[in-house]
Amino acid sequence: MNSWAIIKAISKRELGGYFTSPVAYVFLVIFLLLTGFFTFTVGNFFERGEASLVSFFTWHPWLYLFLVPAAGMRLWSEERRIGTLELLLTMPVTTWQAIVGKFLASWIFLLLALALTFPVWITVNWLGSPDNGIIITGYVGSALLAGAYLAISCMTSAMTRNQVISFIVSVMICLFLILAGFTPVTDLLVRWANPVVVQTIASFSVMTHFEAFQRGVIDVRDVIFFVSLIGFALFTTGVVIRGHRAG
Amino acid sequence: MIKVENLVKTFGAKRAVDDISFNIERGEVLGFLGPNGAGKSTTMRIITGYYPPTAGRVTVGGFDIVENPIEAKRLMGYLPENAPGYADMTVHGFLSFAAEIRGLYGDARKKAVHKAVETCSLEGVLYQTIDTLSKGFKHRTCLAQSIVHDPDILVLDEPTDGLDPNQKHEARSLIKRMGEKKAIIFSTHILEEVEQACTRVIIIDRGKIVANGTPQELKSRSKEGRLDDVFRSITLPDTVLA
Ligand SMILES: Nc1ncnc2c1ncn2[C@@H]1O[C@H](COP(=O)(O)OP(=O)(O)O)[C@@H](O)[C@H]1O
Ligand SMILES: [Mg+2]
Repeated sequence: MNSWAIIKAISKRELGGYFTSPVAYVFLVIFLLLTGFFTFTVGNFFERGEASLVSFFTWHPWLYLFLVPAAGMRLWSEERRIGTLELLLTMPVTTWQAIVGKFLASWIFLLLALALTFPVWITVNWLGSPDNGIIITGYVGSALLAGAYLAISCMTSAMTRNQVISFIVSVMICLFLILAGFTPVTDLLVRWANPVVVQTIASFSVMTHFEAFQRGVIDVRDVIFFVSLIGFALFTTGVVIRGHRAG
Repeated sequence: MIKVENLVKTFGAKRAVDDISFNIERGEVLGFLGPNGAGKSTTMRIITGYYPPTAGRVTVGGFDIVENPIEAKRLMGYLPENAPGYADMTVHGFLSFAAEIRGLYGDARKKAVHKAVETCSLEGVLYQTIDTLSKGFKHRTCLAQSIVHDPDILVLDEPTDGLDPNQKHEARSLIKRMGEKKAIIFSTHILEEVEQACTRVIIIDRGKIVANGTPQELKSRSKEGRLDDVFRSITLPDTVLA
């Protein structure tokens, strides 16, 4: 039986799990409310007087900081807590297939949440004539950013049976990945540290790589950054899960 | 069909499984008997490929569980201790998922799920979610998951734990019936269970095999011909361990 069939079966089960509990709907509503709040109120969408979604996308790294770990914290900790991990991994499934299957399901769920923000796109097109190319690259960047945070949440979720700890640790890691390249922080750092060092640290930040997408540029290096971050975090997830079993 | 050779598993300084070897052939039901903490679950987790062994070898249907885990796992069905299941899934959804992972689709899958449901008498709770099931039904649901693909080999960790006397009796006769065509290993600490369902018994204590034979052979070791006398004489009570 081929790998994809197994991955699909695992993804389908996981995604179904989101929608059989009220958690998914609560999550979607909160996500949409917060997106609206940040875009139109804090982001001064209307006062900007320009037809763009800058005020929408700027907030995504901060919004995802809490929402993505909330969506990902249960991925592995729950399986370990209730013992289904043992069931799943004694079926003819590789650890890798299980990791990819569960990750994809949660990512699809987050992409669905992102897709449901389409009224914002319609609004801006109705009010003016924005550059829709920039908006599309913006969405691509946002999807990759969500995937990167999610992979990190996956990793922290594998480390503990406790969802709260898993949540807090992944927020901390994601926060670090923001701050390392957040302009107010880097501006502060260059006063003490060598600019080359600051730049190197910043190149590991999601902010550095997220910004280009908001300017309408899809740079291969930025895509590679997000994809390798996801790959690295999922690889570590595998190491952690194998570690539990080795005892 | 299952071959365990010099198996060792340590957790830190603790030797949970200490150099045990045995075989199980088709048509055999092996009762794996031992006090709590003897190493029964750990052995089963190694056989099913959940824990890697510290030393020794397990082959399942000719496949080494460490080198060819997927091929070996395909031949097995496993009921873990405490019969875990996805809380928010229905019994039907859960069994369909297990069948799909086992490579069954369409009509074949429907038939397989139907048969497992029938064998484990789950018709009444088919569309109930697992977290609303009583302990007995939860156990049977997980058992159904282990037989949905009609495997040649069954590994059952305390399959009668938490069942009422009637359910226990049913489970035992089911195991006995299935054992005619499969190789089954099931663990328990209930002695009468072994007498009723097993063709062979292994008693394990603190990670080591202390007895291996048919229930009759073991019984004949005691003056009164009772299995629990034998059990008590060769395993140490918890109070001595502590
Ligand atoms: N994951 C683990 N980490 C550390 N010790 C363990 C682990 N699993 C089992 N043990 C220890 O190994 C011994 C055997 O346990 P187990 O195989 O569950 O016994 P049984 O199933 O016969 O009751 C026990 O002393 C238990 O505490
Ligand atoms: Mg046990």
